[in-house]
Amino acid sequence: MTQHQADQLHQPRKAVALISGGLDSLLAAKLMLEQGIHIEGINFYTGFCVEGHTHAIRNQDKKKQKRNNALWVAEQLGIKLHIVDVIDEYKDVLTNPKHGYGANLNPCLDCKGFMVRKAHEWIIEHNFDFIITGEVIGQRPMSQRKDTMPVIARESGANDLLLRPLCAQLLPETLPERNGWVNREKLLAFNGRNRKPQMALANEFGFQDYAQPAGGCCFLTDASYAKKLGDLWQARGNKNYDLDDIMLLKVGRHIRPNENTKVIIARDEGETNFLSGYRKRFTSLQASSHTGPLALIDGDTSIANLKLAAQLTARYGKGRTAEQVTFEIHDTSGLQHELTVSPLSEDNIPADWFI
Amino acid sequence: MQKLDVSNLLCPMPVIRTQDKVVTMAQGEQLEIVCTDPGALHDIPAWCRINGHRLVSAEERDKQILITIEVGEQ
Ligand code: SF4
Repeated sequence: MTQHQADQLHQPRKAVALISGGLDSLLAAKLMLEQGIHIEGINFYTGFCVEGHTHAIRNQDKKKQKRNNALWVAEQLGIKLHIVDVIDEYKDVLTNPKHGYGANLNPCLDCKGFMVRKAHEWIIEHNFDFIITGEVIGQRPMSQRKDTMPVIARESGANDLLLRPLCAQLLPETLPERNGWVNREKLLAFNGRNRKPQMALANEFGFQDYAQPAGGCCFLTDASYAKKLGDLWQARGNKNYDLDDIMLLKVGRHIRPNENTKVIIARDEGETNFLSGYRKRFTSLQASSHTGPLALIDGDTSIANLKLAAQLTARYGKGRTAEQVTFEIHDTSGLQHELTVSPLSEDNIPADWFI
Repeated sequence: MQKLDVSNLLCPMPVIRTQDKVVTMAQGEQLEIVCTDPGALHDIPAWCRINGHRLVSAEERDKQILITIEVGEQ
């Protein structure tokens, strides 16, 4: 045996862990660390992830912790974390999912396959041995079923380099198990939607204060978000989007009074500040005679539409019961003018204008 | 000292841009990050702790946040 081979024998095997920031990926990575595997985390940012931004935007969330859960998990585990921007590549996954959408616009099966494929490319590039995820059979209706888990392994190209420590005993043996890099006996057989086993294990490891996202790991599982995204695609006549588009869907009241026009009205000061960052891209308006929110107009900015947008926006400001409210309108080139309107009353805003 | 302006980007984009800049830098070099999302005050120091870089300073001035870090071994 050469010295090099001997050194290699003593090098721990290396795995990359998909870290979403939730409890399952934390536990899966911890189990591997316990088996002496060198673990580094990878987190893919699609633009839709439920992370710090909305906390940063809305006033009412100011007291909530603004931590990024994936970073928090990595710190708990004492591992490195690589955050990868996949915003552009993800567009194709979202707009064209081979396996379709879940309950809302969440293409979970394609999404998981995509992330494991990216992780597979990463391990090849960085000379790592295998990939782990926190998936549990039966936990999610689309991507985490006994029949769809092999689909992810196959379509991602990772095949038997993909190990799911939390339910591995219920799945066929993978290469890391066959080669004895990890001990299958010490892997788990979690199954189903019951979260108690995970919570008990977290307790055993002494993890507290971990994130428990209700719907899933991203906004695409959220019905009201998905409705806004669907509306955007319909209004554009195609499924294109950029990062600003998807950020704006998280902020404000979205009202579409006609096919060509959407008005986005801030719900508090934090959102007004955030939306004012978009004044170069959209015509904006804010009351000058009364205190009130900033609004952006996406689409047709004809006089009739500006007037309607001002009437709608007035409804959400201090001037809502006034006879007249004066607005300052800024167009995208920075030109300003004033417009005075009478606020619309709530009864005069049809319910189907709200997206 | 190198500079990185990530104003108006929301977390985790400031962290991603910092990470992508730091890999091009040498150990011991400093980077000043200018941003506007207060989340960065939490995330960038956490990212530094995890990845072995040193937080030199972090302060909020008006609506701007200035964070200086020193690149560690990578
Ligand atoms: S919830 Fe979102 S991020 Fe998670 S698998 Fe589904 S589509 Fe992907």
